[in-house]
Amino acid sequence: MSEMACDKHKETFVLNMGPQHPATHGVLRVKLVMDGEYIVEAEPVLGYIHRMHEKMGENRTWAQFMPNMGRLDYLGALSYNHGYAAAVERAAGIAVPERAEYIRVMTVELNRISSHLLWMGAYLLDLGGFTPLLYAFDDREKILDMLERVTGSRLTYCYFRFGGLYNDVDDQFLAEAKGFVARLRSRLPMYHTLVTKNVILMQRLKGIGVIDADMCRRYGVTGPVARGSGLNYDVRKNEPYSVYPQFDFDVPVYTEGDSMARYMVRMDEIEQSLRIVEQAIDGLPDGPVMAEKVPKIVKPPKGDYYHAVEAARGSFGVRLVSNGTNTPYRMKLRSPTYSNLSLLAEVAKGVTVADAVAFMGSLDLVIPEIDR
Amino acid sequence: MGGYFKEIFDGVHSLVTGMGVTLKYLFQPVVTEQYPYVAPTMPDRFRGHIELVGDEETGATKCIVCGMCQKACPSGCITVAGEKVEGVKGKVLTKYDLDFTKCSLCGICVESCKPGAITFSKEYNLAGLRKEAYIYDLKKRLEERKR
Repeated sequence: MSEMACDKHKETFVLNMGPQHPATHGVLRVKLVMDGEYIVEAEPVLGYIHRMHEKMGENRTWAQFMPNMGRLDYLGALSYNHGYAAAVERAAGIAVPERAEYIRVMTVELNRISSHLLWMGAYLLDLGGFTPLLYAFDDREKILDMLERVTGSRLTYCYFRFGGLYNDVDDQFLAEAKGFVARLRSRLPMYHTLVTKNVILMQRLKGIGVIDADMCRRYGVTGPVARGSGLNYDVRKNEPYSVYPQFDFDVPVYTEGDSMARYMVRMDEIEQSLRIVEQAIDGLPDGPVMAEKVPKIVKPPKGDYYHAVEAARGSFGVRLVSNGTNTPYRMKLRSPTYSNLSLLAEVAKGVTVADAVAFMGSLDLVIPEIDR
Repeated sequence: MGGYFKEIFDGVHSLVTGMGVTLKYLFQPVVTEQYPYVAPTMPDRFRGHIELVGDEETGATKCIVCGMCQKACPSGCITVAGEKVEGVKGKVLTKYDLDFTKCSLCGICVESCKPGAITFSKEYNLAGLRKEAYIYDLKKRLEERKR
């Protein structure tokens, strides 16, 4: 900070950063107090697309809230479907058939890959590289087409039901998914040649936006951001749910804590998700995809329930308070990017605008999920 | 000093190999869907806005005016009305309106429909200038399709 800038009112100015056009899908305003090109203070201003999802949960039935889950994190909606369905199932004591759980895991992991691919493309776009976006979208499109055939929508999925699934998958989906695993495996080295080994990317990411493990704990940071800082925390491993314990996969952890580490975690996670999808296809059991004894109107008994899942951006938790009626008494949604964004104010201090963009992008923010 | 030149060499090398990847793509076929010229076909499970199903033989609606879809809708975008007609068992549908401005295409209504009287349409070109254009009279649409 220059000497003049020590007196805030003399030499600093305010700059608004962020996607903040009224027509954009995610509106986030970051108020930056600048000293020349350096950031003195960064304050995220939230609430532009707050839609009261938690309140909406209180005035509709348990099943009617399901479509809302696709509107939180629109890039990884199936994990959110999974989190909510699993929370209600835990509350109401509904057992899910194994085939349904396998298909859930399969589709959620495909969705995670598509989310990471989109993040990679959009992030590199933020950094000024246009080409990788097109290649990432090519692969992502394959996933969306597959999921569209099965779930009926491309983005705002509403596929899971209490006790199972809306629809079973067919052989064509399984064949396509298998083909996709092989395809993306063969294309990952191309991404690494084109992007990861690129000297410009390395210069812009290495050592930028360093977060240590202690800071992650203080802010409640989860997901790839925490794993890029050396925290080996993945809900799928730490609090296993669904059929995840039956699959063999690793949790990529990097200790550097910089933007490059977060990038690498996500790229490695794509590989691990491919492994899970492959195992799920091979081990898919036969049977029904819907539990037999699901009451028509779900009424979980009185109580307080919590269920967390590992979404593409971190730990997503649903806390339900039921008073035994057909509508929730309280519905608290714990979204990962809200905690992840709160790092910004501390990390952005003293860095240049360009580096702040490189840092903010590496958090993988999805704004509708921050403003629920 | 050696490190300096190595860095330059490595940097240039990484850029050239990256360009090699893009160059290879230059000679590969186009993967983009040529949308206005080639219209995509919607998969069977595609969730468009809802549409009334006509009976295969008579073309009349299968709706029995039970009101389950109206009750199931999270956004309250369905209005169903029926009346008693002499000589006919149950109620006869007089009005089935869908307010598509509120609909979030979740499909709960279709799942809740016991007689299978509603289905998803495959329409996706939905642009309009007025809000009123999205208040669909599904009964009228069914009758128009019948003709």
